[in-house]
Amino acid sequence: MSLSNERKRFLEETCLGLRRDLIKLLFGIQTGHPGGSLSSTEIMTTLYFEKLRVDPKNPKDPNRDRFILGKGHAAPMLYMILAARGFFPQDDLVTLRQLDSHLQGHPCAKKTCGVELSTGPLGLGLPAGLGMAMAAKLDGHDYRTVVLMGDGELQEGIVWEAAMSASKFAADNLLVIVDNNGVQLDGTVSEIMPMGDIPAKWRSFGWNVIEIDGHCVEAIADAVDLAATVKGVPTVIVAKTVKGKGVSFMEGKSAWHGKPIGKEEYANAMKELGVTV
Amino acid sequence: MSTIMTNTKRAIRDVYGETLAQLGRENPDIVALDADVGSSSKSIVFGKEFPKRYYNVGVAEANMVAMAAGLATAGKIPFANTFAAFMVLRAADPVRSLIAYTGLNVKLAGTYAGLSDSYDGASHHAIADIAFMRALPNMTVVSVSDPVEAELATRAVAAYKGPVYLRLSRAEVPVILDKASYNFEIGKGVTLVEGKDLTIVATGYMLIKALEAAEILAKRGIQARVVNIHTIKPIDAALLIRCAQETGAVVTAEEHNVYGGLGSAVAEVLTRQCPVPMEFVGIEDTFTESGDYEKLLAKYGLSAAHIVSKAELALRRKG
Ligand SMILES: Cc1ncc(C[n+]2csc(CCOP(=O)(O)OP(=O)(O)O)c2C)c(N)n1
Ligand SMILES: [Mg+2]
Repeated sequence: MSLSNERKRFLEETCLGLRRDLIKLLFGIQTGHPGGSLSSTEIMTTLYFEKLRVDPKNPKDPNRDRFILGKGHAAPMLYMILAARGFFPQDDLVTLRQLDSHLQGHPCAKKTCGVELSTGPLGLGLPAGLGMAMAAKLDGHDYRTVVLMGDGELQEGIVWEAAMSASKFAADNLLVIVDNNGVQLDGTVSEIMPMGDIPAKWRSFGWNVIEIDGHCVEAIADAVDLAATVKGVPTVIVAKTVKGKGVSFMEGKSAWHGKPIGKEEYANAMKELGVTV
Repeated sequence: MSTIMTNTKRAIRDVYGETLAQLGRENPDIVALDADVGSSSKSIVFGKEFPKRYYNVGVAEANMVAMAAGLATAGKIPFANTFAAFMVLRAADPVRSLIAYTGLNVKLAGTYAGLSDSYDGASHHAIADIAFMRALPNMTVVSVSDPVEAELATRAVAAYKGPVYLRLSRAEVPVILDKASYNFEIGKGVTLVEGKDLTIVATGYMLIKALEAAEILAKRGIQARVVNIHTIKPIDAALLIRCAQETGAVVTAEEHNVYGGLGSAVAEVLTRQCPVPMEFVGIEDTFTESGDYEKLLAKYGLSAAHIVSKAELALRRKG
């Protein structure tokens, strides 16, 4: 167990606060993707507050850990976490998706401090992450590269081209986390394009696979540590999650992939998150 | 005159989805494919009615387009649907190597074109799709301006034999064309406003901006002709040459990079056959950003005001 009770409580409280702020933010701007942001809250929070070696005061440190949001549409949650960690002022968050903001609808590495790779078109995060991992080996750096992907994103062919490559090049400094929420844009993954046994697919490509509950901060922290001990092969953490987690009427619903939040829905969502508005 | 200015607004994608379903009722050979954006492209309207003729392949655009090619070899008329950006970027190889090369009868419906998916940002905007599609031999390129044209163009594209890229928008836009009198024919430009001082050649949503610009210019005593070029390839060269001869100056307007789109296509015709002063309204070779659609268009030079100032520039050069 890598987390103290105190840290565990801190991370859980942080996640609750982030969920509230996310709903408030997306209600305010009437655009953006709630479902996939809520399913990855614990994963990104645990990484940024507990595991990633990143320093907002030295954001371009050559030996920093690299985090890539393959599923770029979860940008709102990434931005809230980067702001909370001090990469840019929290006041900037309300400018999300508005003209002249540095906070683009999908992550832009040229505009936003702390964003390592521009993403949005699905599937490109993993191969680029592999490149970063290879550069670390060439330079003798010990940084890790972590790529967060959606389960729908796994349907892009390039993902499996990269999976083969990572295995061939023994990228044991590369970690993939799959936000396995069972839902994509048009419906559930089983309706739109069944992915079958996701862990078995990665194993057959030569990867070390860890399966966890993606809403349990302890399990996430432990799995990230465990992955670091496995040498010679890349690791993937297949994290079982719920799309829209924390807001009951959004949970498991593809309709909430990228829908504006109505007034009443906002009040109900906040109530479930323990806030009266 | 086939234009009317109405306050009736409809989303281009809704009209497209309904028309596709109607075409499905009329012709059992029509099939549709999507890559997990059916609720956005509205191909789902077809899919709900014809589940056996609808293939949602998941987030896998290249696979979708290559599969459409296979369907076409057996006489089906496949409509492949995804965001314009991903149609040209992810599916570029099957579009070229399977569909354009052989001349297969596949319809590539690229939705959310231009900046119409405004808030998602530059990663989702399509500003190079016309350039790519236009540079492929055998490819026909059709771009839709308003809800009326969305229906007529989709019907014409279905009836046409050969590969077509159909450029569609996410935006809710006013009806500007009069369905009763508007004649849509692939390859034929349409003069919507007569004028003798210069010609504004527009495509897509920029057509309404062109009509607005013509009104502003009229108040300044300038009679601008407005031509809708819905088929960017093959382009209506005869009409463009006539316009250049009769008005002596041309301004093009498109929701696309100024490189490689409508403006380039028009210039390619006119420089050879009737060179006149020309100006280009389009995105000035820069990546765009997230924001409100109309504000974005204005920031990136795609407004009636920009057309007006380019028109005045062209007129000064005309002398
Ligand atoms: C190449 C590409 N095709 C299509 C899209 C549109 N799109 C955005 S999110 C999404 C569904 C993603 O599902 P998943 O990866 O499961 O994400 P999550 O459930 O975590 O939100 C799609 C199809 C895209 N962004 N990129
Ligand atoms: Mg998913």
